[in-house]
Amino acid sequence: MPSKAKTPAQASGSGTNPGRSGSSGAGSSEARLTVRKTYKLYIGGAFPRSESGRSYPVTDAKGALLAHAAQASRKDLRDAVTAARKAFSGWSGATVYNRGQILYRIAEMLEGRRDQFIAEVVASEGISATKAATQVDAAIDRWVWYAGWADKYAQVAGSTNPVAGPYFNFSLPEPSGVLGIVAPQDSSLLGFVSVVAPAIATGNTVVVLASAQRPLPAVSLAEALATSDLPGGVINLLTGSVDELAPWLAGHRDVNCLDLTGVQPAARVALAEIAADTVKRVYAPARLDLAADPGMSRLAAFTEIKTVWHPIGV
Amino acid sequence: MKFEYAPAPESRDIARLKPSYGIFVDGKFRAGRGEAVKTINPATEEPLAEISEAAGSDVDDAVKAARRAYEGAWSKTSPAGRSKYLFRIARAIQERARELAVLESLDNGKPIKESRDVDVPTAAAHFFYYAGWADKLGYAGFGPNPRPIGVAGQIIPWNFPLLMAAWKIAPALATGNTVVLKPAETTPLTAITLAEIIAECDLPPGVVNILPGGPAVGQALVDHPGVDKIAFTGSTGVGKMIQKSVAASGKRVSLELGGKAANIIFDDAPIDQAVEGIVNGIFFNQGHVCCAGSRLLVQESIHDEVIDALHARLETLRMGDPLDKNTDIGAINSAAQLARIRALADSGDDEGAVRWSPECPIPAKGFWFPPTVFTGVSQANRIAREEIFGPVLSVLTFRTPQEAVDKANNTPYGLSAGIWTEKGSRILWTANRLRAGVVWANTFNRFDPTSPFGGYKESGFGREGGRHGLASYLESEAYLAQ
Amino acid sequence: MSATLSTPSAAVSAPAGGIDWSHVGSDNASLRRFLHGLPGVDQVGAEARAAALATRSIKTTAKAWAIDAAIGMVDLTTLEGADTPGKVRSMCAKAARPDPSDPSTPAVAAVCVYPDLVATAVQALHGTGVGVASVATAFPSGRAARKTKLVDVADAVAAGATEIDMVIDRGAFLAGHYSQVFDEIVATKAACGPAHLKVILETGELVTLDSVRRASWLALLAGGDFIKTSTGKIAPAATPPVALVMLQAARDFADRSGDVRGVKLAGGIRTSKEALRYLVMVNEVAGDRWLSPDKFRFGASTLLNDLLQQRHKLTTGAYDGPDYVSLD
Repeated sequence: MPSKAKTPAQASGSGTNPGRSGSSGAGSSEARLTVRKTYKLYIGGAFPRSESGRSYPVTDAKGALLAHAAQASRKDLRDAVTAARKAFSGWSGATVYNRGQILYRIAEMLEGRRDQFIAEVVASEGISATKAATQVDAAIDRWVWYAGWADKYAQVAGSTNPVAGPYFNFSLPEPSGVLGIVAPQDSSLLGFVSVVAPAIATGNTVVVLASAQRPLPAVSLAEALATSDLPGGVINLLTGSVDELAPWLAGHRDVNCLDLTGVQPAARVALAEIAADTVKRVYAPARLDLAADPGMSRLAAFTEIKTVWHPIGV
Repeated sequence: MKFEYAPAPESRDIARLKPSYGIFVDGKFRAGRGEAVKTINPATEEPLAEISEAAGSDVDDAVKAARRAYEGAWSKTSPAGRSKYLFRIARAIQERARELAVLESLDNGKPIKESRDVDVPTAAAHFFYYAGWADKLGYAGFGPNPRPIGVAGQIIPWNFPLLMAAWKIAPALATGNTVVLKPAETTPLTAITLAEIIAECDLPPGVVNILPGGPAVGQALVDHPGVDKIAFTGSTGVGKMIQKSVAASGKRVSLELGGKAANIIFDDAPIDQAVEGIVNGIFFNQGHVCCAGSRLLVQESIHDEVIDALHARLETLRMGDPLDKNTDIGAINSAAQLARIRALADSGDDEGAVRWSPECPIPAKGFWFPPTVFTGVSQANRIAREEIFGPVLSVLTFRTPQEAVDKANNTPYGLSAGIWTEKGSRILWTANRLRAGVVWANTFNRFDPTSPFGGYKESGFGREGGRHGLASYLESEAYLAQ
Repeated sequence: MSATLSTPSAAVSAPAGGIDWSHVGSDNASLRRFLHGLPGVDQVGAEARAAALATRSIKTTAKAWAIDAAIGMVDLTTLEGADTPGKVRSMCAKAARPDPSDPSTPAVAAVCVYPDLVATAVQALHGTGVGVASVATAFPSGRAARKTKLVDVADAVAAGATEIDMVIDRGAFLAGHYSQVFDEIVATKAACGPAHLKVILETGELVTLDSVRRASWLALLAGGDFIKTSTGKIAPAATPPVALVMLQAARDFADRSGDVRGVKLAGGIRTSKEALRYLVMVNEVAGDRWLSPDKFRFGASTLLNDLLQQRHKLTTGAYDGPDYVSLD
C-alpha cells in the first residue's frame, strides 16, 4: 500500500495525497485515519503557533496541499530574537567539546528519522526518493562535519603573535552573537542545515527564516533539534513570508549578523542597507554549492577575532 | 564527632570479566601463540584472567593484516568515513564507560574515581576529537595533501592503559594509518575490550590489531620490516633502545618517555590551590605518571607554611580498595614497580633527606606504598634526579625566580613543569624559560584531547594530542627524500 | 591580646582570642594591608576542589550518621513578610520534634525568625533545648543607621534570642571601608551580650572568592562567633566553592589563634545530597572539630523535610514521598 506514497512520514502509509490523505487501508475493512501534524514555529525551545494566529497553505511541487504552516509575524520575530539573545551566554560559554557533542547528537537524531526526512523532502521539493536520500544523507553528514569543527576552529583560525617586545600575544575567534538567517529557498533541508550548523558550531545563536514555499522539513528538523540536548533558544525557526519578515530581521537592533543566503540578489541591497544602521556583519554569498566541501568560510563569517596582550616579566 | 565513611565499592561484576582473553588480529579474536599468563589485581594479588599472549608469528600476522588493510579497505574508506568510524568508537566507549572504568581499576590498581572521571572519559574525548580531524586534514596546516605513513607499531605503558591506547589509535586512524598496538603486559584488559568495541563498530579487519605480550613482542614489532612507524610511550631506557633499533631502518619514531617535573611554588601563590596542585601533581594515579610533579620547588620564604598545609591535606587522603568510590590512592601496579619505588625511597633516607608519610594503614595483601614526602632534598640526591614513578615527592627550595628556573631545568628530562603564582607576567616569564613540553600554571596534570603533550630532551620527541598530534602520523618531507 | 582592635564604638576588647593580632590594627589602612596580604584564591582550583569533594560516596551507616548530624545542625528558618505567630509556633513544634513518628529523630539546632517573632518562638520552644536565632541589623539589606541596627539587635536579645544573625555592610566592604564593617561587627557583638553572633557576609554580593576570604577574616577578627554565607534573599546563596573558602578561613583562623569559630551555610540548600556533600567538605577541609552544631549550621527550611524523607528511606527501605513528612 505505501509503495507510491511520496509521503511525509507523519502520514506514512497514506495514499497518493501526502499529508492530507485520511486513510490507510492495510487490508483491513475499516481504514485507519492518520493523525496529522500541526506545523508550528520553534522559539526558545518551545513550539508555539504564530502569535498572530495566521497560517498559510504549503503545497507540494504539483500544487497539492501538504499542510497549513504557521505564518510568523514581526512579533514572533521579536520573541525569537529575545530567545536567541537569552540563549547566547550559555551556548557561547559552553565548552567546545560540549558543543561538538551536541552537534553530533543532532546527527544521531536525524539518522533515526532518515526515512521521515526523505519522505518530507520528496513531498516538499518534488524530487525522486533517490535524490532526496542523497540530500538527507548529506544533511546528516553536515552536522557531523561541523561537530568536528566545534573544537578545532579556534586551533586553525587562532594564533599566537610573536610581537616585538616582552608580551605574550594571542588571537582567537569568538562568536559574533545573534544571527539572523534567511535560509535557502529551494533546498528545504540540506540548504537549511548548511547555513544553520556552521553558525551555531562556533557559539552563535540564530533566528532563521525557513524556505517560504518549502518550510515543512525544517519544522520537522526542529522537532529533532528539540530532542538533541540543544539548549532552547540556540536555534529559533520562523516560517512565513520572507518578504514580510526579512526587513524586520535586518533592522532588529539586537541582531549582530545577517545571512542573506536565501534572499534573491535583487532584494539583498535593501536589506544590507537596513543592516548597516547597526553595523551588522552581512554575509551574502553569490551562490551556495551544497555538494562542495563546505570549508571554513561560514565559520569565519560570524566570528570576531579577539587579541589579548599580556606582559612577560619576573 | 567523627565522620567515618562506610565502604562504597563499585560492583566488580560491572567489568564482565572473562576467564581468558587472546589477541585481536585481522578483525578476529583468537588465542596468541605465545605464553599464557595471568593478569592479576595488584590490590589483592588475585588472578583476574588468563591472557594467551602474542608470539613473533602473531606479530607477523598482525603487521601483514595491517598492511593489507592499509593498502585495501582503509585507503578506500573516505576521510568522512574514517571520521564516522572514530565517532562510533567514541560513542561506544561512552556507552561502556562504567564497565571500562571498573576493568581498568581491577587490572591497574588505580582508584575508580580516577578511571571513572579521568581515564575513560578522556579516552572517549580523544576519539571524538580526532574523529573530527579525519575529514579536515587539509586544514590542519600540514600542506594541501597530507598523507599517512602506513602501518604504525604502537607500544603503550601500564599507567593509563585505555587512555594511552586512545592516544595512540585515534590520531593514527584519523590520518589514515593502520595500527598494531601492544598493551603493557600487566594491564591488557581494557585494550582487548577496546578491540571488542572496534570490532562492534565494524571497522574493516586489520585496521586495528591488538597484541598483548611482553617485551619480546614489543621488540618483534619494533624490528618488523613491515612497520613504517613506531610510537612508544614508556621509560626513557626502553625508548633509547627503540631509537637505536630503528636507526638504520628508515622507520619514523615518536617517543613519550620519562620525566622529573618541577612544580614551582612562588611566595605569592594561591596556597590552598597550590597544595591541591602538589597533591594532584604527585599522588594522582599513585604517582605512576610520566609528567608527575615529582620535584616540589618551593620558595624558601613559604616553605614551612606550604609543607604544614601539605601534611594536613595528606592526612585526609584515603588509600585502599581501588574499587571504593572514596579511595584517593590505589595500589602500585606491580611487585617489580613497588620494589623500584622502595629502593629509591630508601636512597632518599640514605642520602639524608627527611621522610614523612601520613597515618595510613597498609592493606595486608597487594602492592602498596604510602604517600611520601621527602624534605631537605638536595639537587644532587637520587630522589631529585631519577624518575621514581611512584607516590614520592621530593621537596627542594629556591630563593629567586632565576634559581627556580635553573633548578627546574637541571635534569636530563623535560616533559612537564608547574608554576604557581598569582602574578600573570611571572607565569609567562617562567614558562618561557622552562625546557619542558607542557607547562601548567596554577593547575597540574590537566589533559585534553585538543592540547598537545610530549617532551623536551630525554623525555622524548613528537607530540600527542591536539592539531600537532596529527604530525606524528603524517608523512613528512624529511622521510620522503630518503 | 590586641588593645588596638577595640574601637571607640566597641565595648569589647580583644575580640580574637589566643594570638596577638595587634599588627592588624583597627584602622582602615592596616586592616586593608592584612586582608589584601592573605593568599589569593584561584577560582578554578577552588571550584575543582569543591567538585572533587562532591564525588565522595556516603552510604549506609555513614549516611545514617550524616543525616542525623545534619538534622541536628539545621537552623529551621522562616523569614517572610507573611510570618505570623501561628506559623512560627507550628515551625517550633517541628523543630523540637521533626518526626513525630520516630522519636529517635534528633531535634534541630535552632529556629531562625525575625526579631518581632522571637518572643513567640522562645515561648514555644521553652524547655526543648532548641535555640532561638534572630536576624537583626536591618536584615537583609543592612541599609539602616547603625543605631537602628543596634536597637534591632537589642530588641531580639531582650526577647530571648540566644543567637543573632547580623548582616555586614556590603556596600562599605566593596567600597574598601573595612574599618567601618569591622566596627559595626564589634558594636553588634557588644549589643549581643550573652547571645552568639553570626555574621552574614552575603557572598552573592561579594562575588569573588578573594572577597569571600577577606570578609571571612574581617568578621572573625572582629569577634563574630560564626561566619555565615547568605541571607537567603540573594542568589547565589551558599555554593560549594564559597563554603570551601569560608571553611578554610575558619580553619586557618583556628590554626593561628587556637580559637575555633563556627560556619553557617544558608540559602539554596534543599536536598540531603547537598547537605551531606557539605558535611564531607567540613570533615575534610576544616576537620572534625567543626562537626558539631556548635561550630557548623545549615540555615534552611525545605532541607529538613528532605533529610527526614531520606531518613525514612534508610529505615523503611522504600523511597519516601512528601505526604509522609509534615509541612512546616
